Amino acid sequence: MSPTQWDLPPELCCRPMAFVALTGLDVVYNAVHRAIWDAFCANRRADRVPISFKVLPGDHEYPKCRTKRTSYEWYIPKGILKTGWMNKHLNLVPALVVLFYELDWDEPQWKEKQSECATKVEIVRTSLQGRNTKVAVVLIQKKTPLPPGEDVVASERAAALCNACDLSGKSLFVLPHTDHLVGYIIRLENAFYEHAQTYYYTEIRRVKSHKEFLNKTTHQLLFVRHQFKIAFFSELKQDTQNALKYYRTAYTLVHELRAHETNMLEIKTMAGFINYKICRLCFQHNTPLDAIAQFRKHIDLCKKKIGSAELAFEHTAWMSKQFQSFGDLFDEAIKLGLTAIQTQNPGFYYQQAAYYAQERKQQAAHLCGHEPSVSYPNPDPLETPTGALDFYGQRPWRQGHQSIDPPDAEKEKTGILALQVKEREVLHSELIIALLSNAVAQFKKYKCPRMKSHLMVQMGEEYYHAKDYTKALKLLDYVMCDYRTERWWSLLTSILSTALRCSYLMAQVKDYITYSLELVGRASTLRDDQKSRIEKNLIKALMNEVPEAEPDCDAPAVKAAQSLWNDRMALAGSNEFTIEVQDYVPFIQCKAKFLFPSFHVDNPVQLHVYLRADCPHPVRFSKLCVSLSNQEYNQYCVVEEPCQAKDILEPSTQENMCLVPGKTRKYIFKFVARTEDVGKKIEITAVDLMLGNENGRCVFLNWRGGGGDAASSHEALQASRSFKRRGRLPEQQVDWDTVSIQASTMIISRVPRMSVHLHHEPPALNNEIYCMMVTIQSHEDTVAKDVKLTAGLKPGQDANLTQTTHVTLTSSEMGEDSHSALLPDISVGDLQPGQKVEKPLYIRCVTTGSRIFLFHVSYAVNTTVQNKEIVCKCHKDETVTIETVVPFEVAVKFVSTKFEHLDRVYVDIPFLLMTDILSASPWPLHLVTSQLQLASTMVAVDQPQSQVELVVLQTGECASECFCLKCPPILNGTSSVASGQYVISWKRKSASENVPVVHTVITLPHVIVESIPLYVHAELPSFGRVRESLPVKYHIQNRTALVQDVEMSVEPSDAFMFSGLKQVRLRILPGTEQEMLYNFYPLMAGYQSLPSLNINLLRFPGISSQLLRRFLPSRIFVKPQGRQVDDTSIAAA
Amino acid sequence: MAVCIAVIAKENYPLYIRSVPTENELKFHYTVHTSLDVVEEKISAVGKALVDQRELYLGLLYPTEDYKVYGYVTNSKVKFVIVVDSSNTSLRDNEIRSMFRKLHNSFTDVMCNPFYNPGDPIQSKAFDSMVSAMMVQAC
Repeated sequence: MSPTQWDLPPELCCRPMAFVALTGLDVVYNAVHRAIWDAFCANRRADRVPISFKVLPGDHEYPKCRTKRTSYEWYIPKGILKTGWMNKHLNLVPALVVLFYELDWDEPQWKEKQSECATKVEIVRTSLQGRNTKVAVVLIQKKTPLPPGEDVVASERAAALCNACDLSGKSLFVLPHTDHLVGYIIRLENAFYEHAQTYYYTEIRRVKSHKEFLNKTTHQLLFVRHQFKIAFFSELKQDTQNALKYYRTAYTLVHELRAHETNMLEIKTMAGFINYKICRLCFQHNTPLDAIAQFRKHIDLCKKKIGSAELAFEHTAWMSKQFQSFGDLFDEAIKLGLTAIQTQNPGFYYQQAAYYAQERKQQAAHLCGHEPSVSYPNPDPLETPTGALDFYGQRPWRQGHQSIDPPDAEKEKTGILALQVKEREVLHSELIIALLSNAVAQFKKYKCPRMKSHLMVQMGEEYYHAKDYTKALKLLDYVMCDYRTERWWSLLTSILSTALRCSYLMAQVKDYITYSLELVGRASTLRDDQKSRIEKNLIKALMNEVPEAEPDCDAPAVKAAQSLWNDRMALAGSNEFTIEVQDYVPFIQCKAKFLFPSFHVDNPVQLHVYLRADCPHPVRFSKLCVSLSNQEYNQYCVVEEPCQAKDILEPSTQENMCLVPGKTRKYIFKFVARTEDVGKKIEITAVDLMLGNENGRCVFLNWRGGGGDAASSHEALQASRSFKRRGRLPEQQVDWDTVSIQASTMIISRVPRMSVHLHHEPPALNNEIYCMMVTIQSHEDTVAKDVKLTAGLKPGQDANLTQTTHVTLTSSEMGEDSHSALLPDISVGDLQPGQKVEKPLYIRCVTTGSRIFLFHVSYAVNTTVQNKEIVCKCHKDETVTIETVVPFEVAVKFVSTKFEHLDRVYVDIPFLLMTDILSASPWPLHLVTSQLQLASTMVAVDQPQSQVELVVLQTGECASECFCLKCPPILNGTSSVASGQYVISWKRKSASENVPVVHTVITLPHVIVESIPLYVHAELPSFGRVRESLPVKYHIQNRTALVQDVEMSVEPSDAFMFSGLKQVRLRILPGTEQEMLYNFYPLMAGYQSLPSLNINLLRFPGISSQLLRRFLPSRIFVKPQGRQVDDTSIAAA
Repeated sequence: MAVCIAVIAKENYPLYIRSVPTENELKFHYTVHTSLDVVEEKISAVGKALVDQRELYLGLLYPTEDYKVYGYVTNSKVKFVIVVDSSNTSLRDNEIRSMFRKLHNSFTDVMCNPFYNPGDPIQSKAFDSMVSAMMVQAC
């Protein structure tokens, strides 16, 4: 955009920097000069001193200095600030002029050169006549200078040069053109900077000195001007603190000026400038709150200073600019590191700027509404001789005029007219939109989504006013859904109304219909008459006619729109639209539901579609169809006009197709699900409602899923919360809120009419062949065909159970290994109504624990649904949990022939094996037989025979057996040997004949066998009697192949007297035995210890008598002496 | 006094909104709606810092050229928004607070009505008259 009258001048907005002119440099042809110049301008970063350099020719003409006024007495200022002043001091009048001159100290033609240099300095001085600008000379030298003081020639000649050029020593510099150019340059520019500072300091002093000549009545303008100048010079001097101070003073002074209509613009312009400077410096000083406070003060002070009422738009334009430039400053400060917050960010200023721009537009429309015949005045009153204004903010036709009344009323009039005509050409909307979009960007950044939406609505509306309907619609459409989801219906309605107008003016049929749908509906807050008007227009659009224009559209646009609509009418083909309405709130509501969440396949699926219109007039539709996930059913879910209606408005006999506002209408669909769909879900994918007809335009309202729109979920929630008991409605009517959407249903198989009974006696016994009798009985009315039974372990249990469970149909097969845990599809054949079939099933569980068994009966049966013959597959499942327990426990022990416990047995000495079978089964067990299968290391003493054959054990009963065994000799002295196996053959008492016997094999424990060299056993009566002789015979057997020397002794005992060899040593030949006879004579009654027999084997000292003594009895029972049968005592008794 | 008073549901849709003058109703609706940005931000900030959860008054939400917007949020996250004219400098913070308190009390009464379904627009005469009393009398 080209700069307008209201834009701030660039010299105001830049950062003022000291201006230094460089002369005597030939940057085009001289490479050395070029390098010097480059070093000055390249890399001017923040660490370099703020100077703006310019190369000027040596004889450059600087702006002439006006003759100094000696007295202000008769001087009347013509304005506050000249338009050229800032630029003059920034770019035209240097603070310092530097003359570059190539001269070495050892120059042979020194005299000539020196005078040439002096001449050049003189030329510069002349052109700066009257200014305080400093002059400095830089000598460009090829040689590196010696340290100061060492080069006598140099110091002499330097002094001479200074003298010749009338320079102070501080203004003469040497620039050796060597390697360290940049370093020298930086030192040079620091020196220049000091000179410049001094210059601006003197300038400030000079301006300040004027003050004493001023008086308050005529020189008010000068007070402002001088303060502004001082502040500006301070800025050039980089003294921003003082600059701020002077600007603030200037600001106060500018508002003290006598304001009237003729100078209002000048005052406001200057106030705006100064305010800009203050805010800028405040942000620079990192005091943003001061900036904001200043700006607020500025706005409050200036808000009411409207000036000429005929040019009110100028005031709003200026206000808008104030806000905009503050926004820019704020934004710039943020880019430099300032943090803004949600409630204080540049967006607000841009927004306010946009508001003023809008106001400007309205005022312009109001004030500049001249007749088209009114043309721009000639001669142009805005033309000035110089092409520009002398002072900021003045009127071109009366520059410098400072009295209250305009000098020429006629000129004033044409001037105002010229301004008004010019204002007419301004593209206000463009300005407003630019500002709004700036604000949108800011609010987006500071998390204000709603503010952003609001501004976008305003942008859209502005585009609408600017007749850019496409952009307007795009913006409005974008934000519409935000307002819809937040349920701000009043705002949505307003946006929709604008959008409707846009779509009407562009003849966008689909958009027009979409917005109408919503504006007529329940979300719209429009009055009924407006709704009615829109609905009528909608019907017209559906009939392919041109709808009536929306109110408040301007007439030429409406005309253009009408012709567009007529073109649309002529266009055939594109007259079918599908509008996906679930994201809108259309005026027809839809809810579809399956009556139940699941249907048996032999029952028809029932689907209800509820429709309700919220529009003011009844509405007719021509088709309603429901799309289901299985499209084959779609044909059953259609309501259609049987014949093509001639006129959509004609009162039709098809009452069914007409929706009366506020009444809920129900459409019932029924269809038979296909048997293939058993176990599948049927979903409503969409409900389509066709408005209009093929002759006009067709609009399909499409609800995804089972209906509902952007507002319905909330409404449903509110309705569910509500406890309002609605009164019973008249028949056929439904309360809308009570209808809930059910968009899917399951097709499940027909209920089986078949019973499955299981007959068995749990628990199962481990390893047993457990019999289950499955009874299947048909209760169907027709033949159940193809009945199949799947029986066995229910899948999905522990994998180990599959390995340890065997299921068969015949008990005899059980021996084989290849049994599965589940028998699938055992064919049972057809079952007549009422027929019963029994199937025995044999199960063998190898491990204990619980198992779930499944009995699944499937069959097919013919039924009729809605006069349609279908074959239904039914199935009946029965499961049972069976516990498996151990049938009995077997305990085995080894005892000696005296039933003493043995922890080891001895070679060739008989011992007993005892087995105890303890029943743990809850059912009686029948032990068929038992068998001892001895290992080779053990032999039976006699023929072992089962002693428990055909015994029946009740729960908790125990059956024992006893076998006499001995071990044949072994190789080494001691070893552990296997005993063999014990096989118990058994079955459940209740099991039938054909159930095989179960053989349970128990491995007998190992036993330690030991061979002994000597075996002793005693032969004695079972009891003794006191004082009666008790003969005892000891047999001592030598089991070795050696002759054994045996030492024997009998220890005396208190209970016995005895006769026999008390101590003897004897020799026993291999394999023979020795008998020793003793006569014991018991002295006491009761259990008495026998006199102990000590045996020592001289060859086997390891065999102690302790070991041998184990074979011998240690005690005997002695009976008391019997009384003689006394006849007298009997007689006495 | 107030030029616009609004009650906003927890889900940020309006339960009650009234303004004077009525001809510029839409503008106030937008003002109230945009102020929810600041309310949301303040609520979430309170949630984070857990500073004095019981302070329901949110203070000045944001100043526009013409109006001042104040906010208040109940414990059930129902928001009250009061818009006053910027030129009305006589209103102090305390007075705004007491207006909100009154509004809250009256709102509580509405909620206590067994026939009122929470979440529905407020259509209570008592509430209406209380709001009217707080608003600038339209001439």
